[in-house]
Amino acid sequence: MIASTTSPSTISPATNERADNYLTHKTGILSWLVTLDHKRIGVLYLISILFAFFLGGVFAILLRTELIGPGQTIMDNDTYNKIFTLHGAIMIFLFIIPGIPAALGNFILPIMLGAKDVAFPRLNLTSYYLYVIGAIFALLSILLGAADTGWTFYTPYSTSTSTSVVTIVLGAFILGFSSILTGLNFIVTIHTLRPPGMTWFRMPLFLWSLYGTAIIQVLATPVLGITLLLLIIERTLGVGFFDPGLGGDPVLYQHFFWFYSHPAVYIMILPAMGIMSELVSTFSHKHIFGYKFIAYSSLAIAILGFLVWGHHMFTSGQSSLMNMIFSLLTFSVSIPSAIKVFNWLATMYKGSITLETPMLYALSFIFLFGIGGLTGLFLGALATDVHLHDTYFVVAHFHYVMFGGTLIAFLGGLHYWWPKMIGKMYNETMGKIACLLIFVGFNATFFTQFLLGMQGMPRRYANYHEMYTPLHQISTIGSYVMAVGFVVCAAYLIHSLFRGRKAPANPWGSATLEWRCASPPPHDNFSAPPTVGDPYDMSDVRFDPQIGGYVFKTQPTP
Amino acid sequence: MSERNQAQGNPDASHSPHLSHHFATPLQQYETGKLGMWLFLVTEIVLFGGLFCAYAVYRANHPEIFVYAHKYLDVSLGALNTAVLIFSSLTMALAVRSAQLNQQKALIRFLAVTILCGFVFLAVKAVEYEHKWKHGLLWGVHYNPEKHNTESHDIGHEAKSLPDHANESSPMLPTENLHNPIPTTNEKSAIAPAADAPRGLASRFDPDLYEHIRDVPKNVQIFFGIYFVMTGLHALHVIIGMGLIGWILRRSIQGHFSAAYFTPVDLTGLYWHLVDLIWIYLFPLLYLIH
Repeated sequence: MIASTTSPSTISPATNERADNYLTHKTGILSWLVTLDHKRIGVLYLISILFAFFLGGVFAILLRTELIGPGQTIMDNDTYNKIFTLHGAIMIFLFIIPGIPAALGNFILPIMLGAKDVAFPRLNLTSYYLYVIGAIFALLSILLGAADTGWTFYTPYSTSTSTSVVTIVLGAFILGFSSILTGLNFIVTIHTLRPPGMTWFRMPLFLWSLYGTAIIQVLATPVLGITLLLLIIERTLGVGFFDPGLGGDPVLYQHFFWFYSHPAVYIMILPAMGIMSELVSTFSHKHIFGYKFIAYSSLAIAILGFLVWGHHMFTSGQSSLMNMIFSLLTFSVSIPSAIKVFNWLATMYKGSITLETPMLYALSFIFLFGIGGLTGLFLGALATDVHLHDTYFVVAHFHYVMFGGTLIAFLGGLHYWWPKMIGKMYNETMGKIACLLIFVGFNATFFTQFLLGMQGMPRRYANYHEMYTPLHQISTIGSYVMAVGFVVCAAYLIHSLFRGRKAPANPWGSATLEWRCASPPPHDNFSAPPTVGDPYDMSDVRFDPQIGGYVFKTQPTP
Repeated sequence: MSERNQAQGNPDASHSPHLSHHFATPLQQYETGKLGMWLFLVTEIVLFGGLFCAYAVYRANHPEIFVYAHKYLDVSLGALNTAVLIFSSLTMALAVRSAQLNQQKALIRFLAVTILCGFVFLAVKAVEYEHKWKHGLLWGVHYNPEKHNTESHDIGHEAKSLPDHANESSPMLPTENLHNPIPTTNEKSAIAPAADAPRGLASRFDPDLYEHIRDVPKNVQIFFGIYFVMTGLHALHVIIGMGLIGWILRRSIQGHFSAAYFTPVDLTGLYWHLVDLIWIYLFPLLYLIH
């Protein structure tokens, strides 16, 4: 089933010893489009999700521009509804969910594990093309009169609006399959392709977090699939599961939707936490503190994430008993999250911290995720949630977690592994400037939204009372600062592709396996199964000024 | 266990044409495929799980709809299909065994019988669907049994012709119920468990349930919506399974499988058993409501 006749299994080790790497191994557009190499598929994903991020970002800037003053600024109310739906749907389904696992994870997971590829390379490529097809459907909906339901597609509005809900929902349905297949592939890879010596507790923590993520992807996404399928047949055939007029129950849709979409929040944040563990340890040049606690907390978050969906529905008419149970369970998620944060802080304590760009992103993450997580408690508490529900407070909260958490960690991981993926170093000074711009811009954009929410500004409104004008204007200016930061970031990353200094195999002094192979890695990753030690044993690496990077004192046995 | 030994039996199989470059041994590759398939089956169960959940919610909230509407399903046809699928699972298991034992002819024969069973299942399903279609017993907006009420004779005849529920009263016609105000003992026993079942999020228990049940309950279309979505999605899986078995059959005829390599047969078999298993849950939940 997985036997592949096209895979270049015949490469002799001799070819590997030359400067052959996965980028130069085969050439031509076709060799990329039908590649079964996890590294190339990771790069394809990376390009696609960055494109999706660009689109979602453009929509975000349009939204903030409309909100720069009360009344109509650049678009009418219907257009505003469509734009915020597109912003949400694209950012979530096309960027954040596949972002870290499918792009960075695909590239890094097998190398970090010491494997030659993921378990099912062809399934991996299938998953990428499902992503592309899903994305095409989602974007096609723009041409067909974009949906205006919000990314949650709540019934009964989504079954009655005349906009192109079916197209974008079909897109999300297909993207769900892509996500399931990626998760399935990762679980099987981690179970069966560990080389000798790579025990569960020698796995880098990024792999533990990807494993937890994959469990959620496999167990939660099918529920989204059936929910969206029911929504589609509800609209096309009039089945009436969610239509009160036909005896259906719209709240059932909300239960189904959040049964997936709350765990999906952990699909977004868990891999980000995994990147954090790598960054904090590497740039503190110190062994990670509390390895097992961080590893188990990833699984705890994955499991608890399934039990808290009802906190999205505190005002949807649940019984107060259910509200209380969901509230309690919601608070319990803060325990494994806090375990991680405290362990990162303890890792940094007495470490020799160096402040390269990835570490700046890691520090930003701790700060922003701290705010995002703690404001979540206001929303998890029943009494305050009734006041804050559907206000800008919620918008600010989830942007602090999704953007301040996941996206910042994604950027940190992108900078961290960029030399490995591309083989070139980016400009460190420009990297720091961009990080600062994004950090400042982010806080200006979203901290003001906490204040707006506290004062009662409802979310998803194109217009507002004049009393909110100053805060909205600061927020919009903040979003422009962020946009500049991203443009700078894109500029120096693209510049590095052509003019970057050649990257050493281990520029940061990390001890995990991917830094033992060349930058960029050879086609087969490892010609022989690598020797596996403690992934955070920093005493094994020392700086070599001649090559401008770190070298391992113990060389892997060939 | 025998599969393991056989997969392992070829120690210097690194040049086996079926071994991908990223696996060390055929055994590792076989176990990887198996774990992947099991995980995929988990996702299938969760996919159907959403529908079972919807079923549970609606049945707990509105037991009367289910008690009333299930009478329009033909138990004998459902039972026939259950038998056909269980038999096909047997032949599928025998096909896997034949592959493991290098019995090429038996492998082809058993796969062919399995596909044939799939066709029989779909044909019976088509008969059932057609019957519902003719009588407007459909989902949501298309539920329209009234148009047949004008031909009351016909409907009464239809209801009586259903083998398991040849009741004297046609549940379709409340007017007829006036002549038979006392429900049969059979029906009584059918209602009690449903009424006693945990109500979940249901509103307060309605003691008048017995009274209402003699009339046509509201929102019967919900039952038919659930029926068509669940059996429809299942039928889709049957078709996909038949496609997979067809592909395996073709490869078997070309002689691709042997005791050393039978992973695709094994994995397709697992999928087919799951399709069978889901039906085994669907049949009592939809047809045998007592």
